[in-house]
Amino acid sequence: MDVLGRYRNLIVLVGVLFAQVLGLAVQVRRTTDNEPTRLIRIWAVGAVTPLEKVLSWARTSTSDVWHNYFYLRGVRAENRALKAEIERMNLEQVRISQDADQARRLQALLSFKEQFISQTMAAQVIGSSGSELSRSVYIDKGEKDGIRPDMAVITADGIVGKVLRVYRSTSVVLLINDQTSGVGALLDKTRLQGILHGTPAGEVQLEKVMSDEAVLAGEQVLTSGGDGIFPKGLLIGKVTSVSQGSELFLNIHVRPAADLSKLEEVLVVTKIDERQAAPDQTGAARAVDILAERLPSVPVKPDANDKTPATAKPANPATLPANLPANVPAKTEAGGKPKPVPSGPSTAQTLTPSVTPATASNTTKPLPKPVKAMTEGKPQPPADSQPVEDAPH
Amino acid sequence: MAITYTSGEQVEVYRFSIPATVLIPLGALFLQVWLPLKFPFFLIFDLPLLVTIGFATARRNPLAGLVTGSVIGIMQDALMHQPIGLFGIAKTVVGFGASSLGIKLDVENAGARFLLTILFYGVHEVVYFVTARGLIGLRMARSWPHELLSCLANALLGVFVFMLLDRVKKRT
Repeated sequence: MDVLGRYRNLIVLVGVLFAQVLGLAVQVRRTTDNEPTRLIRIWAVGAVTPLEKVLSWARTSTSDVWHNYFYLRGVRAENRALKAEIERMNLEQVRISQDADQARRLQALLSFKEQFISQTMAAQVIGSSGSELSRSVYIDKGEKDGIRPDMAVITADGIVGKVLRVYRSTSVVLLINDQTSGVGALLDKTRLQGILHGTPAGEVQLEKVMSDEAVLAGEQVLTSGGDGIFPKGLLIGKVTSVSQGSELFLNIHVRPAADLSKLEEVLVVTKIDERQAAPDQTGAARAVDILAERLPSVPVKPDANDKTPATAKPANPATLPANLPANVPAKTEAGGKPKPVPSGPSTAQTLTPSVTPATASNTTKPLPKPVKAMTEGKPQPPADSQPVEDAPH
Repeated sequence: MAITYTSGEQVEVYRFSIPATVLIPLGALFLQVWLPLKFPFFLIFDLPLLVTIGFATARRNPLAGLVTGSVIGIMQDALMHQPIGLFGIAKTVVGFGASSLGIKLDVENAGARFLLTILFYGVHEVVYFVTARGLIGLRMARSWPHELLSCLANALLGVFVFMLLDRVKKRT
């Protein structure tokens, strides 16, 4: 009894340590689906995150008031620059939509299924794990907002991580540079697939790429979609260095495109749809198709039974919107609603890319002479009124 | 600088009010998870560890020290996505050790506190490393220059944290 009293403190210490070691052993054995420590985590998160939310809200509100009402210096100039940027991007979009249409047609031919992000939710980052040993952040959206574990979290720059734990009004996001994270990845040019892991030092490494493959620094790394969390094709980052790793694999270091140390706002991908790829029937019409439709071309030789007169036809009718008359070109609005495009030179001017050299080489170059005339503002007679024989070559 | 050996009767024992006992560790935990968002370099600090050492040395009661350490450590674990108990075990040992040492030594001046923080930062890291590697099998990246910098930074900050704790502690 005397011994127990004398070593009371030590005995309590050993008891407390033993209990915690036992607790660790239980947690390691169990899966995360049946987490025995969830209650402790809820208490801890519940004690700390409300203050984080208040501070985050106060900071955002102050910043909004300052930037939206007081600090408006240079806004007009910025507005002008943004409008110019939009113009440039609109032209760029025409070119990109051609590639996208082509890709969809090819995918449809091969019966590919494509994944796309159909719904996201913006969330504010309100806290971190507070340690270099664990790379995770807290966001201000939780179960009541529809967040579920394993949802992808992204920014405009690139992917960030996945939702690990969900509480009522907050969630924990495991960052891609944490050593326990894993993302299916592929290299953009070589299309080599691997697994992206975080390292204990907080770096990001692409593993399982065979050492006899040629991988160069600077190559972009994208999601492969193989992990079932991130849709295919999202930007992860760039290869910074490549070295010979253990066994037969390369050590590929990747710099994440999103700045993981300074996250403020993120997007949680709440819905990913999968559909059979099909040629886009409602998308923006290609400039060349619109122009080709207005211009005469070599007609299809009429069938012996076909008594209709030969008239000019669109070069590629398949790309025209199905819900429009054959010779009425369409332009898609932001919401995907087809809108008739006014006829005449203005159409060609709007849709014919002429700013960026890449765009110009893709679309303007192969156009026949009348296109030039149209872009210069000379009106052309309607295509179907022009006899085939008069078609310029 | 004076780290002097004293008898149990010579050292002064302090206590903290209930609000201070609850709010200071919570505040430390809050700052630990919030400040790195704005200042990523803050990750080298371990405010909950400094509060554990500060409470333990002021109270000079090993049982109170180990309970404080284990509660703060478990809370810190709960905010991370690692198994609960890693920081809990390390801070339990630190809380017990700091309060036991507090009985023997006079740690009221800045120099003594600086050295004490260096010592217990080292103890904390060793216990954490052994537990994480030995029991969980976690891969750990340790860089000695970084550890040294972190140790000194924590010791410096510790001096200020203990000064703040001095303002709220009460003599028993």
